[in-house]
Amino acid sequence: MTTHAVSDAGFDVSRATRASRIGGVFALVLIAFLATFPFWADAGWMREFNEMACYLIFAMMWNLLAGYGGMVSIGQQAFLGLGGYALLVMGNFFGVNPFLAVPIAALLTMLVALPVSQLAFRLQGGYFAIGTWVISEVFRLSIANVSAVGGGSGTSLTALRGIEKATRQSITFWLCLAGAVASVALVYWFLRSRQGLALLAIRDSEVAAESQGVNVHATKLGVYLVAAFGAGLAGALYFLGNLRISPDAAFTVNWTAFGIFIVVIGGIGTIEGPIIGVILFYLLNKFFSDYGTWYLVGLGLLAIVVTVRFPRGLWGWMSRRFDLHFFPVQRRLVLHEPDKDTSHD
Amino acid sequence: MLGWIDTILQGVLLGGLYALFAMGQSLMFGVMRLTNTAHGDFIILAAFGAFSLSLAFGLPPAAAPWLAMGLLLPIAFGAGYGLQRVLLNHTLGRDPLPSLVVTFGLAIVIQNLLQETYSADPRSIESGGLNTASVALGGGLAVGTLPLLIFLVAVGMAIGMQMLFDRTPIGRAFRAVSDDKDAAELMGLDHRHVYALATGIAFLLVAVAGTLHGMKTTVSPADGPALLLYAFEAVIIGGMGSFYGTLAGGIILGVTQAVGFRFDPGWGIWFGHIVFLMMLVVRPSGLFPKTR
Repeated sequence: MTTHAVSDAGFDVSRATRASRIGGVFALVLIAFLATFPFWADAGWMREFNEMACYLIFAMMWNLLAGYGGMVSIGQQAFLGLGGYALLVMGNFFGVNPFLAVPIAALLTMLVALPVSQLAFRLQGGYFAIGTWVISEVFRLSIANVSAVGGGSGTSLTALRGIEKATRQSITFWLCLAGAVASVALVYWFLRSRQGLALLAIRDSEVAAESQGVNVHATKLGVYLVAAFGAGLAGALYFLGNLRISPDAAFTVNWTAFGIFIVVIGGIGTIEGPIIGVILFYLLNKFFSDYGTWYLVGLGLLAIVVTVRFPRGLWGWMSRRFDLHFFPVQRRLVLHEPDKDTSHD
Repeated sequence: MLGWIDTILQGVLLGGLYALFAMGQSLMFGVMRLTNTAHGDFIILAAFGAFSLSLAFGLPPAAAPWLAMGLLLPIAFGAGYGLQRVLLNHTLGRDPLPSLVVTFGLAIVIQNLLQETYSADPRSIESGGLNTASVALGGGLAVGTLPLLIFLVAVGMAIGMQMLFDRTPIGRAFRAVSDDKDAAELMGLDHRHVYALATGIAFLLVAVAGTLHGMKTTVSPADGPALLLYAFEAVIIGGMGSFYGTLAGGIILGVTQAVGFRFDPGWGIWFGHIVFLMMLVVRPSGLFPKTR
């Protein structure tokens, strides 16, 4: 994994850490183990996993957009809802295989995000946040007025009718697993690429990045489109498992609220953060959601306290305390010991 | 024809209420670039606060809401000042994320506490028949007394806020910290105190808006986000930094929604949002921008 940038100059540029090598092996084993779920696990577990996978994809993409791209949106539920409805329309009206329709739905969502970005990008900072919320409301109200997709009360995904239950559950599970892994891998790969470096530069200073030749607008647009793709994917997967969709469920701001919670608690601007956040969210949800309104009050207070007191979240604190980096995106300089030979591999 | 005039008139009056929602937000935007995503929820909180206060003293319904509003004002100012000083000042900076997350968290807390206290049932503040009284304008036209009163309050507030901003020492302090916080600090202004005063005044506006909103119609704990969006749209349509602009923005939004509702009840709100988005395309800085 180590790249030798200027080997004979007495130093290496290291892009991997010990934790990332061990973690990588562990992650592969875990993914392989999870992939066997449909052969032996309880259908209830699989449903819970699917739901959390959708939250992870959504949170991962919100993190890319806000934590790395600096575009704090409260309107990503627009793309989640559109992904769900794209799946429904393709499956119910055009006879597209619903499983095949999942990635197509995400792509269609990304296409819609292109004109939407032209509107949203006219606003910055806090105005961008609320402006994107308005845009998502426009989609919700528009779809609530289309009777072909059930209007305000929604409709069922009838395209799955002919598919046997066990097959449907297994394929949905595998798609959710693949989607979650792919979203983490995509963000990781993107941040390690040249464009990722450009994005980090923009986050630190737009003006400085622009003056170094970074195309700020194109990079931000790219991130916005990828985030829309991911949100659309999460929506298509969620409603594939849910079998029923309504405008209020698809376009509720709660999606973004939970996404923000997951990212902020876990650690914004890190890849490990949303993964830890979604595990924590799952546990809180499992043990405390019976408290209803008090549970939500607690989530709100927790988000406030973490933002003010621990702005780097749980993972930010841990990685600094123990110097742990499972997904290193930075380049580290490793100086060679002067008395040792510099030959490698 | 008369029907359309009536619709537009109702829209203008509705716009007065939206402008009232928006002015507090406009002030906080203008002074410290703070996007308060809980703004609508604070209005609803104020409405419920006024609802409880108006029932607390056994006064006749014609007087109770006004006394409630009077009691609510100092509470609101104190709450706004304290909230800014203790919490929101720590979230300000170049990065908009902390203030957005904290106010978003507050919104969720307020909504759920209201739901826990008052249940999800819609409530309305009893005003002794004021909400059903109307004033005849001749020619078969009539407007509700309360909506007309709200509109006049909104106009008065817009004038008052603009004068406060342009002509008073506190307004000068607002403009100074808005232009350059550090330079203002060097001139002896404590920006934390000035910010807290701005939020205190914004919360006075919220208290007035919440009480009047609760008298005019029913409120329920989940109504806040919709009000936030209307307020935000009014501010952006009108242009940053001008309270007259915010008033105009509210009226444009109100008329659009009223016309939309007349066209088809399912699309009224939608039309309002579309006009806002069209404004972004045509004139992103709003109608009467003063600051950026």
